[in-house]
Amino acid sequence: MLEAIRITKRFGGLVAVAEASLHVPEGRIVALIGPNGAGKTTLFATIAGFLAPDTGEVRFLGENVTSLAPEAICRRGLVRTFQIAQPFGGLSVRENIAIGAHARIADRRQALALAEQVAAELAMTVLLDQTAAALTVAGRKRLELARALATRPKLLLLDEVMAGLNPSEVDDIVAVVRRVRDRGVTVLLIEHVMQAVMSLAEHVYVLNQGRMIAEGPPLHVARLPQVVEAYLGHGAAVRLGAQAVEIAT
Amino acid sequence: MLRAAVTGAVMAAALAAPFLIASDFWLGFLITVLLFAYMGMAWNVLGGYAGQFSFGHAVFFGAGAYTSSILHVTFGLNPWIGLAFAALAGGGVGALIGFLSFRFGLRGSYFALITLAFAEVFRILANWVEFTGGGVGLYIPLKVHPANLQFGTKAGYYYVALALTLASLAIAAWLERSRFGAWLKAIRENEDAARALGIDAFVCKLKAIMLSGAMTGVGGAFYAQYYLYIDPGIAFGPAVSVEILLVPIIGGLGTALGPLLGSAVLQGAGELARRVMGDVPGLNLVFYGLLLVVMVRFLPDGLIGLAARLRTLRRRAKVLADA
Repeated sequence: MLEAIRITKRFGGLVAVAEASLHVPEGRIVALIGPNGAGKTTLFATIAGFLAPDTGEVRFLGENVTSLAPEAICRRGLVRTFQIAQPFGGLSVRENIAIGAHARIADRRQALALAEQVAAELAMTVLLDQTAAALTVAGRKRLELARALATRPKLLLLDEVMAGLNPSEVDDIVAVVRRVRDRGVTVLLIEHVMQAVMSLAEHVYVLNQGRMIAEGPPLHVARLPQVVEAYLGHGAAVRLGAQAVEIAT
Repeated sequence: MLRAAVTGAVMAAALAAPFLIASDFWLGFLITVLLFAYMGMAWNVLGGYAGQFSFGHAVFFGAGAYTSSILHVTFGLNPWIGLAFAALAGGGVGALIGFLSFRFGLRGSYFALITLAFAEVFRILANWVEFTGGGVGLYIPLKVHPANLQFGTKAGYYYVALALTLASLAIAAWLERSRFGAWLKAIRENEDAARALGIDAFVCKLKAIMLSGAMTGVGGAFYAQYYLYIDPGIAFGPAVSVEILLVPIIGGLGTALGPLLGSAVLQGAGELARRVMGDVPGLNLVFYGLLLVVMVRFLPDGLIGLAARLRTLRRRAKVLADA
């Protein structure tokens, strides 16, 4: 469904993403993980049309969408959320979600009705008439998700929708993401919350310093020495292995 | 029910005003209030709803005023048809400025500055070229007849201004209930998020500036017919730009009724200032400047926002009293 082929993105002398490729098959939940500054959000922005890659190609539903405008990519059914929530602060939650709904629905009343429906799915009904600026962090993250869902996407790019949430809130969102997938929406997510990645993702890509260093099923990837080292530093895998042996003996 | 009754009463009073008000002065005052409420609403489409602050709406006002006047004086075109051409001129200038600034991503104060610059360029051009009458200005020959958009009494102008204001209120009501209006608000609140949700921000902003420009152009043409005279300073000068943008800022940005309220307060306060301090040239601009500073500093939501805040306070006080 989505294919990013050897994407490279430079900011001046800094190579944020270097020849990174990933593939998201239809109907799956795929995760993109990696330490801070690995280039995950940059890769997302490139896929969603907010940044043009220096080299490489993004294909969505068989079509080359590289450097199309974000609004054009959204209309093809690929929607992203923002890592730092970007609510329409002065508008109510209802109006916020309705703007997502307007991507496919011209009629105001129908859009508002769909907004209510999506809010109900995300347990946001009590918040409908609040201004978005008054929401808590958890509320804003949920609103990001609600607005994106209201566009009726085929592929959803979730950028850390669970960061900063407490464990029970994470469980709620995990359940929501699973329901969304069961309804036929493919999901690609960036996540630091390993609880979520391990329980949700069927396939994981690991990005480190702009390069893809591993991919595979979550449990397999979490054990790979290069992944452990990317998170904990050079030599960590060997040290941890030695410690494990000591404890065992 | 109450709302319908109030609306009906206000409409009846507005229609009967020329029969109830004997003084030409006060009827003239009402015409100015309505004209600036109309143009404030035009500004509000772009500034209040789409969040693109223009400091040079005189460029549309002047384009409309000169287009209808030149077509009338030089080519003998009927001023009523001239209104349509004034709308085309205002919309066309809007398309030009909008294309140049939005294509290259000008936002915020940079956009405000480019509109100010365009108004100044047009003012200098109007002074310089021949067909505008240059610095002398253009006199529209007196041929009093409703068919010429010239009326013997102020009542005729009053009804035209009232019709314009009602049309602008209808446009505001449409913005409040349509996808286009929702899209403009989304762009105002957060352009990146809007684009991520499939909104073509460039096209929406372009449509908003064209609509706003076309409306303001018609306002300019009406102004020219009302005073039967324009010159570059009146048509493209900063005074009109500031007066137009003050109206929605005082009343309430991005609200349907804000400009009407704002215009009444602005013109009332302006008249009061003239009575107290006399007609010193340039004093009105000082007054506008002070008003702008005070509003932006203390009442960024305008009078409509103030009313909403007072309502919340009273409700809270009541809850406290009940508890």
